[in-house]
Amino acid sequence: MFTAQNISPELTVEESSSDIWIPSPYVVADKHVENDDLVTFVYEPASEDILDPMQPGQFNMLYAFGIGEIPISVSSLISDHPRITHTIQNVGAVSKACCNMRVGDQIGLRGPFGTPWPVEDAKFKDVIIMAGGVGFAPLRPVVEFIEEYRDDYGEVNFLFGTRDPHSILFHQDVISLQSDPSVNFQITVDHSFSNWRGNVGVVTTLVEKAEFDPENTVAFVCGPEIMMRYGAYSLIDAGVDEENIFISMERNMKCAIGHCGHCQYGPLFVCKDGPVFLYPAIKNYLNIREL
Amino acid sequence: MKDIQELLNQQSFFKDMSPEMLNQIAGCGENQEFSPGEYLGKEGEPAHHFYIIRSGKVSVQINHPSKGAMTIWTLTPGEYGGFSWIIPPYRMQFDLKAQEHTSVVALDGKCLKKICDEDHHIGYIFMQQAAAIMVKRLHDTRIQLLDVYSTKH
Ligand SMILES: Cc1cc2nc3c(=O)[nH]c(=O)nc-3n(C[C@H](O)[C@H](O)[C@H](O)COP(=O)(O)OP(=O)(O)OC[C@H]3O[C@@H](n4cnc5c(N)ncnc54)[C@H](O)[C@@H]3O)c2cc1C
Ligand code: FES
Repeated sequence: MFTAQNISPELTVEESSSDIWIPSPYVVADKHVENDDLVTFVYEPASEDILDPMQPGQFNMLYAFGIGEIPISVSSLISDHPRITHTIQNVGAVSKACCNMRVGDQIGLRGPFGTPWPVEDAKFKDVIIMAGGVGFAPLRPVVEFIEEYRDDYGEVNFLFGTRDPHSILFHQDVISLQSDPSVNFQITVDHSFSNWRGNVGVVTTLVEKAEFDPENTVAFVCGPEIMMRYGAYSLIDAGVDEENIFISMERNMKCAIGHCGHCQYGPLFVCKDGPVFLYPAIKNYLNIREL
Repeated sequence: MKDIQELLNQQSFFKDMSPEMLNQIAGCGENQEFSPGEYLGKEGEPAHHFYIIRSGKVSVQINHPSKGAMTIWTLTPGEYGGFSWIIPPYRMQFDLKAQEHTSVVALDGKCLKKICDEDHHIGYIFMQQAAAIMVKRLHDTRIQLLDVYSTKH
């Protein structure tokens, strides 16, 4: 069973130094276009000013100079520190500016911030990773971690739902997961016109295809809020204890250290109490409009 | 080939039915095989069968006038297809198309309906299971309609 302690954030407002406000200069070292509106970047430091190593689930604030700053989760931990990997969806002004950057361009990074996925505490349990759309990105380091310590986990299920076959991201990962006998990887799209041969239907239907002992299962869920809400219901209906379900939330952010209140979610701050929350801590707010 | 009654017995849909009831229902069934691309039924046709997927994969499709066949659902082993024989006008609402080589138990709709009409207890169990599946699919379809992965909010 998980407790509030082992997901509590390491950083508190009191401990934060003034440096945390100043972005560190990084440059784009590598760029990979995932699909029409998603790009994965590897950044490396442009100076001696290096961010601390990240944990799965944590995020950085990415500053596109002169345009603005946005929170983006770490999407891979395979590149050695101090390199940092982020996957960005082009939805508005700042994300667009970030997505348009080319190798060699400069960006400012602050972080790492937020609570990590409790991957260590999930050892010796069955695991369900449920990702929707770009929600795959914050969960990808979880998959990497589990694959590295595969013998320490029971059954591992990765349930991935996305809009249509064109919106699939991390193609190489998807191909290797499909042929990995140690992971029960299931993928579904909401609808398809193409000659897609996989499943069609919502991601929650994949819970029926997962192999797990409900009494000894930890679930990590990330995606659009509606998908996470129904994802949690489907896991609970399948017998998973809600105390073992973790959800990663998104809210607009400014400071990322619990100062400004932009990311307030009920009594919680997504930037410092989250983004990874134990489901019972937030379930009562998931259904409230425009919270 | 496995006995139809034994196959029905393994399905959660029939879990509340006695061996006698299952024996009656099994009398309506036969094993059928479909090649990839072959239709189990087409939209607008009279609904003849209730299918239990044993192996393979079936696409539930709607035809879009300009975009062609749109898959809205896939049925995999252990899932059920074809409920239109229970409800008037007993007409297929979607195309059911085998995506892979597919084996099914096909239960004849007229035969099933006769059993359900004669024994309302069987009819009730059937309707209860069918309603649970149809309600879940309706709910999932509503979520699909919300297009939750769209970036245009
Ligand atoms: C902790 C955390 C981690 C995140 N990780 C990632 C990540 O790994 N990759 C990634 O691409 N994004 C991630 N996001 C979301 C990202 O921060 C936003 O998409 C971004 O802030 C949008 O800023 P913008 O200026 O580009 O667009 P804006 O001009 O702010 O918004 C443009 C449009 O996008 C919509 N929008 C804004 N935020 C979101 C959102 N979160 N999801 C969907 N639509 C949104 C707005 O409603 C608006 O219609 C994360 C958010 C948080 C809080
Ligand atoms: S972003 Fe300022 S309090 Fe969370």
